[in-house]
Amino acid sequence: MSMALALPADVRVPDAMVPVPYRVISRARETADTFTLSLEPAAEPIASPLAGQFNMLYAYGVGEVPISISAIDTGHRLRHTIRAVGAATRKLCDTQVGGLVGVRGPFGNDWGVESAEGSDVLVIAGGIGLAPLRPVVHELLRNRRSYRRVTVLVGARSPEEIVFLGEVASWQASDRITVRTTVDVASGGWKGEVGVVPKLIDRVTIDPEFTTVMICGPEIMLRFTAAEILSRGVAAERVRVSMERNMQCGIGRCGHCQLGPVLICTHGPVFPWSRVGPLLARREL
Amino acid sequence: MKTIADLLAEHRFFQGMDQESLDFVAGCGENVHFAQGERILTEGDPANTFYLLRSGRVALGFFVPERGTVVIDTLDEGEVLGWSWLFEPYRWQFDAEATEEVSAVAFDGVCLRTKCDSDPRLGYPLVQRFAQVMLERLQSVRMRMLDVYGAGSPR
Repeated sequence: MSMALALPADVRVPDAMVPVPYRVISRARETADTFTLSLEPAAEPIASPLAGQFNMLYAYGVGEVPISISAIDTGHRLRHTIRAVGAATRKLCDTQVGGLVGVRGPFGNDWGVESAEGSDVLVIAGGIGLAPLRPVVHELLRNRRSYRRVTVLVGARSPEEIVFLGEVASWQASDRITVRTTVDVASGGWKGEVGVVPKLIDRVTIDPEFTTVMICGPEIMLRFTAAEILSRGVAAERVRVSMERNMQCGIGRCGHCQLGPVLICTHGPVFPWSRVGPLLARREL
Repeated sequence: MKTIADLLAEHRFFQGMDQESLDFVAGCGENVHFAQGERILTEGDPANTFYLLRSGRVALGFFVPERGTVVIDTLDEGEVLGWSWLFEPYRWQFDAEATEEVSAVAFDGVCLRTKCDSDPRLGYPLVQRFAQVMLERLQSVRMRMLDVYGAGSPR
């Protein structure tokens, strides 16, 4: 099926489809199965990514996966946080310092953080969904005075599975933003909250007309969370979600990430809930 | 300083309840405090009280042999702790511990359930409110049963 989509002007197909070799310059374990790789180009670098965009990371000889930017670095350095859930992601996570991975990108749109200036910002992350939102929090902190109330809600399966745990704790310790964490289950030593992310929404102040919401996490969590946000009076246009589907080419050619009338890789991955919410409610898609 | 009746009148749990019922419930309440780490409820003990949390955090959990305490829910300011006082066999099903210093209003469940049995004008609205809390917690547990973070989104 031909999607007949025009490519963005700055994308040349041969380049967009050829991975650029990047060298791993650091590898940090975030949780038992999640690692952050810092990469530097070993050839002509790709364009600098924006918060919310993703790259296709190629584990040579194994496979390629879409991975979000988990921090915006200076120069041509890239940072990606990867959860080992399949052959390609396991291989990427196992790549040691000095090893090479292929990179194509950056693809898709960004969160548009600046467009929320002057409003309250509510950032909601579930599991590894904190990775694409982390550069958003960095930007909010860097430019704190341009935003009103900033709240970050983080959910995870257990305390041990909260990614960037030390960094989240430092956000929590600062009085610049409000941070609340919750987990599905915990041992007795956990002092945070236990329960689902939507429960946290009930506990934060929301000014519906002046709040921009950014959510990333498993699709089912997006649905429950968006429903709770809408019940607080926030318009669906003010709720942005980052979507995950089977992105393969990254440039709107293959159609694998199609969700009804949209392609996640080129129209997204960040969408207003008003656009994708109704699509997620349709079982045929 | 606010009276317990004032607190109840402002609290969403009691919203819409008539004044006579509110006054009766308030008459069964007293202000209580728990230090951090203090046990509030113990699994298997008689359940004769419920609490309206005014501040602090409470962890609900079980003791599991070889795992220690497993926390299955936390309750914060404004939430209601305890519904076993309303249903036979009137025994707590979980342990509850203050993970921070807690201030609460404690209600005499024996007094309330006796009144509820004899006066459905109090009993029905009160059970409705507890049913709403139970529904929300059931939905929360069902969401967690989906284990959404375990499915493994690679991005």
